[in-house]
Amino acid sequence: MDFNMLMGYAPRLLDGLWVTLGITGLSVLIGLILAVPIALMRLSPYKILQWPSYFFVFYFRGTPLLVQLFLVYYGSGQFRVELTELGLWGYFREAYFCAVFTLTLNTCAYTSEILRGAIQSVPKGEIEAGRACGMSGALLYRRIILPSALRTAWPAYGNEVIFLMQASSLVSIITLLDLTGVARRIISETFAVYEVYLLIAAAYLVITYLLVFLFKRVEAHLQRHVQSVS
Amino acid sequence: MFDLEGYAPIIIAGIKNTLMVGLSAMCLAIIFGLIGAWAKTASNLFVRSFANVYTTVVRGVPELILLLLFYYGFPQLVQDLAESFGYELLVDINPFLAGTLTIGFIYGAFCTEVFRGAFASIPPGQAESAKALGMSGPLMYRRILLPQVMHFALPGLGNVWLVLIKATALISIIQLDEIMRMAKIAANATREPFTAYFLASLLFLAITVVSMVGQYYLEKKWSRAGAH
Repeated sequence: MDFNMLMGYAPRLLDGLWVTLGITGLSVLIGLILAVPIALMRLSPYKILQWPSYFFVFYFRGTPLLVQLFLVYYGSGQFRVELTELGLWGYFREAYFCAVFTLTLNTCAYTSEILRGAIQSVPKGEIEAGRACGMSGALLYRRIILPSALRTAWPAYGNEVIFLMQASSLVSIITLLDLTGVARRIISETFAVYEVYLLIAAAYLVITYLLVFLFKRVEAHLQRHVQSVS
Repeated sequence: MFDLEGYAPIIIAGIKNTLMVGLSAMCLAIIFGLIGAWAKTASNLFVRSFANVYTTVVRGVPELILLLLFYYGFPQLVQDLAESFGYELLVDINPFLAGTLTIGFIYGAFCTEVFRGAFASIPPGQAESAKALGMSGPLMYRRILLPQVMHFALPGLGNVWLVLIKATALISIIQLDEIMRMAKIAANATREPFTAYFLASLLFLAITVVSMVGQYYLEKKWSRAGAH
């Protein structure tokens, strides 16, 4: 039980922490941007827009993230010639790109479902009021529907971000040195199996509850218009 | 399309282990969940805080870390402890057991919340009238509360199952021959990784679809039983 020895590894663990946060942050950001059009496609009255969105979400929510990760990272090798011709092989060769690519698609599928539910729950009266003020289409979405949906979706979205941060530990399996990857590397050098894993578990615990706190703070900010005045 | 030089049936056969780990882990999770839900409402402060620590820690740490901690860390810890007392010991955990216990333990925390909500949905009059009829604690749970709890808990348990079965893919990294590991073997042997993993993903998708259909019928059945 030599926890002092672990202090020497602090810089490497910190590097791992940045990789974890970087991959999570990038995927969450791009995933959210992509989730908006996918949720809108799903809600559109046209079948031709609904179906691709439906199958995308169904596939990514119905299969394990680990399979998706392997499908992109190892599976892309099967199409090496085609990808090289398209000039994309350079990207798919990189584990970091594959990790962000897969996590983005995964979180995008979950986020679009959260958004769809939230958009559907926007009170009819708010939309009618917007129309009555002469808003139409894009303006109505930007000013009325999306802000209202964001407030409804926020708690569920917070859970999704936390889930993704924890799930990003899987990228260590495709050779990336995130927090978990660094831990496994250190263990192979020191054989301090449970000391290192316990330390890493504590680190994830702290990040998780920091995120919980952060999302609660923002939620309070988003809901400030409904707080009682006293 | 899924020829894979004869490897496709091997991947499909992996379903058996996936389902076995999944079902055993789900049973364990339900037991952990019932105990956890009882502990969270217990009057004893120690029991209550223990249950809170359980759900807080498990939901704050990635599954992969808990699995590695249990499969690699736990035997090492036992060996080191034995060594400090002067014993030579070699502990080796079977991957099936390690996977089942870890996943059951993790999803037990999620079941705890499901059952806690379900117990809270039962009208308090039910427990009161059971007590008034002179039923003891265990008898009241068995006859009155559990049958009603299942009705409220079933949608939540269904969701836990859908997430749990996907989490079993993780056990492939501790060398259990389930869908994922068989796909890896096929991918390496045939040099067709995309085909192999795509087949694996479709198998998980199939389990999900069948589970959703099953959940639909179970919920219909239980909600009829729950109707007065």
